[in-house]
Amino acid sequence: MLDHAQYDVVVIGAGVVGCAIARRFTLEGARVAVLEKATDILDGASKANSAILHTGFDAPNGSLELQCVRAGYAEYQSIRDGLGLVQDHASAYVVAWTPEELRGLESIQRKAHQNGITDVQLVDAATLRKSEPNLSANALGAAFVPGESLIDPWSAPYVYLRQAIENGAKVFTSCGVTGGEFDGERWCIDTSMGQIRGRTVINCAGLYGDAVDQTLLGEVDFQIKPRKGQFVVFDKAASKLVSAIILPVPSETTKGIVVFRTVFGNLAVGPTAEEQHSRTDASTDEATLKALIADGVAKIPALKDMPVTATYAGLRPASEQKDYRISSKPEQNWVTVGGIRSTGLSGALGIAQHVYGLYAAMGASHERLSDPVRPQANMLSETGPRDWKREQCGEVVCHCELVTRREIAVALSGPLPARSLAGLKRQTRATMGRCQGFYCAARLAELTDGCFDRPMARSITDE
Amino acid sequence: MSDGRHMDVAIIGGGPAGLAAATALKSAGVERVVVLEREAEAGGIPRHCGHPPFGLREFRRIMKGSTYAARLVAAAKRAGVEIRTLTTVVEAHEGGRLLLATPEGMSELTAKRVILATGVRETPRSARLVSGARVSGVMNTGALQSMVYLKKRRPFKRPVIIGSELVAFSAILTCRHAGIRPVAMIEANKGVTARWPSAVFPTLMGVALMTDTQLVEIIGDADVEAVMLKGPDGTQRRLDCDGVILSGQFTPEAALARCGHLVVDPATGGPRVDQWGRTSDRAYFATGNLLRPVETAGWSWAEGRRAGHWVAQDLAGQLPEPDPSARVSVSDSRLRYVMPQNIVLSSKVGGMNDVQLRVGQNVDGELIAECNGKKVWGRRLRTGPERRVLVQTRELAAACEEGDIEFKISEPTD
Repeated sequence: MLDHAQYDVVVIGAGVVGCAIARRFTLEGARVAVLEKATDILDGASKANSAILHTGFDAPNGSLELQCVRAGYAEYQSIRDGLGLVQDHASAYVVAWTPEELRGLESIQRKAHQNGITDVQLVDAATLRKSEPNLSANALGAAFVPGESLIDPWSAPYVYLRQAIENGAKVFTSCGVTGGEFDGERWCIDTSMGQIRGRTVINCAGLYGDAVDQTLLGEVDFQIKPRKGQFVVFDKAASKLVSAIILPVPSETTKGIVVFRTVFGNLAVGPTAEEQHSRTDASTDEATLKALIADGVAKIPALKDMPVTATYAGLRPASEQKDYRISSKPEQNWVTVGGIRSTGLSGALGIAQHVYGLYAAMGASHERLSDPVRPQANMLSETGPRDWKREQCGEVVCHCELVTRREIAVALSGPLPARSLAGLKRQTRATMGRCQGFYCAARLAELTDGCFDRPMARSITDE
Repeated sequence: MSDGRHMDVAIIGGGPAGLAAATALKSAGVERVVVLEREAEAGGIPRHCGHPPFGLREFRRIMKGSTYAARLVAAAKRAGVEIRTLTTVVEAHEGGRLLLATPEGMSELTAKRVILATGVRETPRSARLVSGARVSGVMNTGALQSMVYLKKRRPFKRPVIIGSELVAFSAILTCRHAGIRPVAMIEANKGVTARWPSAVFPTLMGVALMTDTQLVEIIGDADVEAVMLKGPDGTQRRLDCDGVILSGQFTPEAALARCGHLVVDPATGGPRVDQWGRTSDRAYFATGNLLRPVETAGWSWAEGRRAGHWVAQDLAGQLPEPDPSARVSVSDSRLRYVMPQNIVLSSKVGGMNDVQLRVGQNVDGELIAECNGKKVWGRRLRTGPERRVLVQTRELAAACEEGDIEFKISEPTD
């Protein structure tokens, strides 16, 4: 038995959506358990995205995605200061690079206004160049989207889940779901760590959403079609080259390749949109990365002399349809939250509201917490009050990202302790800078001794 | 003022170049000289090279890198240099104002002159755009050396080594020390990059040497399981291993210059300097491997020592005005870089004895310098990647009139 407690809700998957749902349900008064198969949370689709808080200006009219993104955006703004979250009001330009795209800007503006994003306006090339002087002279004009923002894609979901934990939720990591049974009243879920009971299951399994429905319900009405996105991150010096997010005119299937700053002070270009079968293969390839760099240089010519800091790829859990695949099965106490293909970070808080609505409609009711605990998010924003600026931070361990020994100690011992280097990176940014661990990997191997399931290194005297 | 926040000279980086510069400054009578070192101990890269050969130029005997680093530190301290460790310079501002991160928190320091001596590091996987799975067990030689020699740890047992610059041979020695048995050394070029007799060294150490072979892809689930290689005949083969050591392809650690106000030379990746190592801000000098990738510790030490003297002269008002100066550049894809990138011609030539160049591929031709589009200097050049190419500054200055200088290669005419 994993846990003898009776939970109101078992959330399967601790990606950004699972974290936001665990928080929402906990705040509403439900007893929540979260099951995550990886050693650390945010280890699937949520580990790699473009870290943008979207307004929903380009979401399909009348879609559930639009509703969730708008509600998510609003809730993020309302909880931001209380949880110590960051928001860089970068704004965005949807830039037209061809006469055809230029003609298309009006429909983008029209759609935005229909979506309720009424401050979107068109600007001509001269105005665009005035505010983005490093943009290539080939830019013909743009739609200006003032509300698009940059956020920390890991510290936000971490603090969502921490708020759930600190208000009573339980999180089990390294805990994969293998099966389960519904007895008409409650679920008994089999996991790699034993059984756990809960009245309602919320499937937030992301890239495995269809598989979890199939295993536990015996049927599934959608299919995950993983879509890989590769990114290139340029040296921090490059972040001075643009102020706003530079979006392309989107196509039917993808928002396209974006040039964006990050709150960590980098400049990134991506993602690609590559359909694939594998749910795990987040490999990068040289030809694609070179094409991304070329795309970035075409848009921002001064990028040509900027070194690359990092490359990464993420997998979006797209389905065969464009909109989110969120549905409840009241007769089975089940909610599926699937197909969150690209706006999961922006939409998560709104999705959580929507899913709680579905849950309440199934007849459940709880007493909302009157004065919930508000933990503080990790402060990893380049311009924010980082730990290295404070007294007694220990020492700077990762010099490129200025990660202190105290930050590492906290990440290794907190309520969601890092159990892998990947988890530690998401909580602290250690090794994510320009040297990628050249200087600090050895010190980190020492500091993380005994903390990771798979250690960074072993003693040279061990066999 | 002796509050430790106002110095005559602050040196950023306590490797061979920085320590040599600091020691030279003290010998020249400069009073308040501080080395700011972000690691727990000064000494730089040699600190984690637990093998010879170091020290021949400086101490006239061959020693291990760690011993050599300790001797450089001792020499600096004997000369009266203050070394502040665990002190990271976060930002460098105009006029020598530095923002520091220390265990006690954030602070500031202002120096009349700052010497940047932050050295080089190897290019990581990301910047090499290596294809394949994102697995653990891929690292540079530098990270491996610190793990093995400073922390007595090993991250893998049977890695491949990518590259055959000098540092790749250091990787073999490091592996041997830790009981790691490299599977192969992979070099994309037709020959080994480091000088003979290095070519026979891997084989002597039991490591298969595979030249004219490209790393195509890294394979694995969580850890490295294999690499895919493309051989001279174009066929691909899988080689099982549990780690990848990405050696060499050094790049200056120039973040302070790049993210700050100093002009960076895209070719070297370091700050633009003139023949005294002066950057675009007269308060800032640069020396050692930060100037260009990459030279030996001994060479960097010698450069640092000279830089220390020049900064002392500058404080005494003895260096010529930086302008007017000739801009020096390379305009041939076979030439990777030239350093310095500015030469003050009008004064009696001092500063660096040599202009340093590097080629990116094997070259057999004539290295020529053009001034105002006219050839003013030339010399036969037969060399390969990572070999030192020196042109006497004096000779070049004598040949040039006013105007910028461009280096090119022309094919030999028989």
